[in-house]
Amino acid sequence: MELQLGLAEALTANEKVVVLGEDLVDPYGGAFKVTKGLSTRFPGRVISTPICEGGFTGVAVGMALRGFRPVVEIMFGDFLTLCADQIVNHMTKFPGMFNGQVKVPLVIRTPMGGGRGYGATHSQSLEKMFLGLPGIKVVAPSHVHAAGDILQYAILADDDPVLFIENKLLYPLDRYAHVLMEQSAEIPGYPTVALRNFGSGQPDVIVISYGGLSRELVPLLEKLRSDELNVTAVFPSSLWPVPIKTLVRYGAQCGRLVICEEGTTGFNWGSEVAVLLYDALRGNLLAPITRLAAASQVIPAARQLEMEVLVTAGKIENAIWELMS
Amino acid sequence: MLTSVSNRQELLRNFFHEMFRIRVVEETLLNLFAHGAIGGTVHTCLGQEAVAVGVTSALNREMDIICSNHRGHGHFLAYCRDDRGLIAEILGQSAGVCGGIGGSQHLQKKNFYSNGILGGMAPVAVGMAYAEKLKGSGAVVVQFMGDGAMAEGAVYEALNMASLWGLPIMFAVENNQYAQSTHWSAQHSGALEQRSEAFGVPVSDIDGNDVEGVYDTARRLIREIRSQCAPRLLFMRTYRLGPHSKGDDLRDPQELDYHLQQEPLYRLRKNLDPSWVTDVERQVRQEVAMLVDDLRRS
Repeated sequence: MELQLGLAEALTANEKVVVLGEDLVDPYGGAFKVTKGLSTRFPGRVISTPICEGGFTGVAVGMALRGFRPVVEIMFGDFLTLCADQIVNHMTKFPGMFNGQVKVPLVIRTPMGGGRGYGATHSQSLEKMFLGLPGIKVVAPSHVHAAGDILQYAILADDDPVLFIENKLLYPLDRYAHVLMEQSAEIPGYPTVALRNFGSGQPDVIVISYGGLSRELVPLLEKLRSDELNVTAVFPSSLWPVPIKTLVRYGAQCGRLVICEEGTTGFNWGSEVAVLLYDALRGNLLAPITRLAAASQVIPAARQLEMEVLVTAGKIENAIWELMS
Repeated sequence: MLTSVSNRQELLRNFFHEMFRIRVVEETLLNLFAHGAIGGTVHTCLGQEAVAVGVTSALNREMDIICSNHRGHGHFLAYCRDDRGLIAEILGQSAGVCGGIGGSQHLQKKNFYSNGILGGMAPVAVGMAYAEKLKGSGAVVVQFMGDGAMAEGAVYEALNMASLWGLPIMFAVENNQYAQSTHWSAQHSGALEQRSEAFGVPVSDIDGNDVEGVYDTARRLIREIRSQCAPRLLFMRTYRLGPHSKGDDLRDPQELDYHLQQEPLYRLRKNLDPSWVTDVERQVRQEVAMLVDDLRRS
């Protein structure tokens, strides 16, 4: 697994890297097995904690203030609410309010997303709660990214706190690579990857998305290729800050844009990105920007009901054809 | 104690000097606030100076670490004696310890860190202790908190982890009896002072207005923590003489009168030469007044 390799390489590269979270130690190796084998390879540096997300996030903050580069695993992203005080009032405040005299180099890794029937409190995409918060980066690689490299960069090279969003459905997937893929580095360490379903010519539609929706979009692009619709899917790995120059550059290639995300609709990532794009592309849009997000309701446990609430390839395809008509 | 009588007397004089300086700085800040020279809020530690000075004097200031709270001026001054940096910070000046950005509740200098979220620093302090243990530095972390913070869940997560992992940390609880306006008996059930025992963190329950006792106990606990790499909790009974912040005091004047006879400076004065005390008090008042004049002119 890419993420596991990234963690192992970070632990090897810098002895100040430590990993904390629930049930991380072997033989269990974490609820989603990302840390499997690491406690054996790096004794004493992969630490299983009690079930107190706020508490051990605070522990990581203290370790970061005293020279370590901790990685925190929060078992389900839904539990980030329990860490909110440490994120909002501690780790992101110290560097600024102490006038730059301290650093808090720390990564919180956590899986978000539905599609596995876990129900309302274990399926959410809550990253929008932390988007726009000063002093933190929110990063969410998709499976077209080298997620392990991005994780390594966040751990070893970024001196700011990073909220690193993983997606449950991407864990078993291999990284997707294709010749029609290009990468841009507006935000150092956190590349944006664009994937085309056409060789030459202009795109008919640009889809901007992130994280687990790459799992829906990669096969959708393939399907739309057979329908002879030119689509470019753009996946920033950095949600906050937004790599807006890159998104504007792609947006300017055609006047039809779809922004889709897995979290619920309303005050979300797509709202902010759409406003930034409207500001930059004023007059160059052929149609209003289409935004797709999960319905504003709880995520049902029953699989068929869950799919009604979440964004799927089918819903994205419908939105694209509607935009084309 | 092995300390000789004359050394003890010298120690008490030093304690008095430091405690009185904290008292005067706090009174000066309240005065500046009343005159509109500072904004926001100030939480003073009037009456709790023995805690700050007694505990901090038991530390190795070069390597030990202090995590403090919203009522942290005394802890800060006892740690680094930088009254200029503190007052400038609260006056909002760039010469302040955090360039005026932090303000009263957010102070950082060397190994001193404070924050204004009650109980929030407890797990952070545990993390610092973990870091120092992994480094093998021998440093001890002191986490100051009040009876009010003892109602926050983060504190119990912190106690659990500190004990579970055997970390070099002393929880220094100042029971000043009031959480803002609420008496501690109206916000805590059971025996507040015994709670940490359930986590395997031994408690020393002492009179927090007796600076000598605070110092001696803190020294013993710090020695134990350093040698055994295990947490301790020092529970100090004291009393907040001042309001929570500024003019928000609705307590019975008779209650305050009683505590004026119990407060640490009043008690310590009785053990010192009155003419020495008069001289020191005059000198400190003068120094702080000059410092404030100097800062306000700049």
